[in-house]
Amino acid sequence: MNRPTTLRLVALIAAATTAVAAIAPGFGAPARQSSLIVGALHVGTINDAGYNQAMHDGLVAMQQSIPGIQLIEAEQVPETADAERVMEGMIAQGATLIFPQSFGYLDPALNVAARHPDVIFEHPAGYKLAPNLGTFWSDNVSLEYMMGIVAGKSTSSNKLGWIIGFPIPNILTAINAFHLGARSVNPDVTTQVIVDNTWVDPAKEAEAVNVLADNGVDVVTSIVDSPATVLQTAEKRNIMSLGFHCLCARSSAGSHWLTGIGFTWGPLFTKFAKDVMAGSWKSENVIGTLGEGYAQLADYGPSVTADTIALVEKSKAGLVSGDIQVFRGPIVDNTGTVRVPSGEVGDLGDFLGHADWLVEGVTGQLH
Amino acid sequence: MTLAVILAVAQGVLTGAFRSGTSILYAALGEVIVERTGVINLGLEGCMLVGACSGFIAAAGTGSAYVGLVAGAIAGSAFNLLLGYMVVTRRANQLASGLALQFLALGLTAIFGATFVQRRIDGLDTVQVPVLADLPLAGQAIFQGDILTLGLVPVSLVVWWLLFRTRWGLSLRTVGESRVVAFAAGLRPEWLQYQALMVGGLLGGIGGAHLSLSYARVWIEGMTAGRGFIAVALVIFATWHPLRVILGALLFGGAIALQLQLQARNAGVSPFLLDMLPYLLPLAVLLLARLWSRGTRQNQIPEGLFAVFEGTR
Repeated sequence: MNRPTTLRLVALIAAATTAVAAIAPGFGAPARQSSLIVGALHVGTINDAGYNQAMHDGLVAMQQSIPGIQLIEAEQVPETADAERVMEGMIAQGATLIFPQSFGYLDPALNVAARHPDVIFEHPAGYKLAPNLGTFWSDNVSLEYMMGIVAGKSTSSNKLGWIIGFPIPNILTAINAFHLGARSVNPDVTTQVIVDNTWVDPAKEAEAVNVLADNGVDVVTSIVDSPATVLQTAEKRNIMSLGFHCLCARSSAGSHWLTGIGFTWGPLFTKFAKDVMAGSWKSENVIGTLGEGYAQLADYGPSVTADTIALVEKSKAGLVSGDIQVFRGPIVDNTGTVRVPSGEVGDLGDFLGHADWLVEGVTGQLH
Repeated sequence: MTLAVILAVAQGVLTGAFRSGTSILYAALGEVIVERTGVINLGLEGCMLVGACSGFIAAAGTGSAYVGLVAGAIAGSAFNLLLGYMVVTRRANQLASGLALQFLALGLTAIFGATFVQRRIDGLDTVQVPVLADLPLAGQAIFQGDILTLGLVPVSLVVWWLLFRTRWGLSLRTVGESRVVAFAAGLRPEWLQYQALMVGGLLGGIGGAHLSLSYARVWIEGMTAGRGFIAVALVIFATWHPLRVILGALLFGGAIALQLQLQARNAGVSPFLLDMLPYLLPLAVLLLARLWSRGTRQNQIPEGLFAVFEGTR
């Protein structure tokens, strides 16, 4: 097709569209609105029973609650300039809301956002914003505290174990909250941390569980890419386990499951999509609270007693109302340094960004 | 540290060494056989992934981890035939072909394994040899585990016997030293190299399947996490000798277990430093072992590999 013909065709289509819009007022606008195209980039596969699946499930929930929304997902996108090309490709397909669902996509997303001011970006966590790029996360510290209560009540050896990918501040803060929760119901409890130095190495995760079990730990949890290996190995070693990332993790754990934390992003993603469609979207750093429920505790396993569940529910009410503060002083770290003086409440934002310490009762070599 | 603690750590490390050394040992034994015929398989990581993935899929489909084990072994073997076609039949560059196949396997297993990522399987059973498993210190490590861990020493001995005490092994090694001489002696070098690749792939597939069917009991893409490359390196440092490979694999597995044990017991050493142990320790020990024993025919590089490293093959 030569150039003048193409131009003529485009003009014809434009004229026809204008005519339809003129004949049927209001037809054009809703058609555009209901066909919001949403793009999402995942760093892994969307059925990993972990981080990526939690994100994917949230997007599917969004799609189900807004009819006509179109979802383009790309899996296993590296956190490099390749991510920019994937986002550009989604924009070329008409996407006007993009979820770059991994921490390493922040800078690529900011680059693309600068080139496409009319496209909205929502990035999980992060420390930078742009006029068309907002960030979101949810308070999981309160949930770690509640999970700690379940662990503290369920252990008989009083030894809890953690396996983490890397000792980064928000993970250390999660461990601290977990231990404070466990200690609130069981003053004798200790927590041992093992650093794997990788997000994905199932064999190493399995060995770490074995080593913890060898050393008397009888409740184990993790923050690595997928909790599946830790949950399965715990079952094999006959010790209890707690999940993370996705409510679906339970399917990996069998009867040794206590509970877990799962992110349920559906309502938040739906709100973002509706705001974008209504033109009321604002760039901000959204941190969901425990009450909003963008993250929640999973169903309890068979061995969790009614007493324990009542304790968790009671503390949840306290955490929502503010009567219970996870980091209320005095808080002393495991070297004896006072981190939060008596009568004060620790600055959670600071901990999540900068914590490099573990509370008294937690042991682990961080660096 | 009391004696009891030291003993507990030692037992933990020994047990861990056997548990986490198993997959590497099988892969490395396979690679010994392959390299003895003058072929270097840098795609071993891919072969292990193929074994881990197809083994897991078969186990999830049939409900039997043993069926999975057989499937993993066959798939590993079939995968190595690809390398065979490229480097034996087509005479392509071995290093490039192996690396390319490794990346191919990474992609293929990610696609075919995607729907199996969070499936649950019944892994290989833990069995123990009566009486012997109760021996102090090493009893549990050597005589208790899944069939692959129990078979670790026997299988190495069988591979040693095959290579150095049978006519087939002699033929393989002849091909590895000189295809021309082997041909002149009436052997069929290419067919023998294919045979070695098939047996090597069988063992590589078993090594990978051990990870997904017994050790971690999950399938996750890229789950071998570099163990195939470690195995290739161990073979070279173990001077192509099946029994010395045991030492390397156990040292690697033991170093992983040791660094986790030290962390769990708060030995006060940085986990980042400890993380180097699995690589440093086998390197150091096998280098020393190399210094002790020179000269014997069993410890020398197959002549055929020189051509590969010099870039003429």
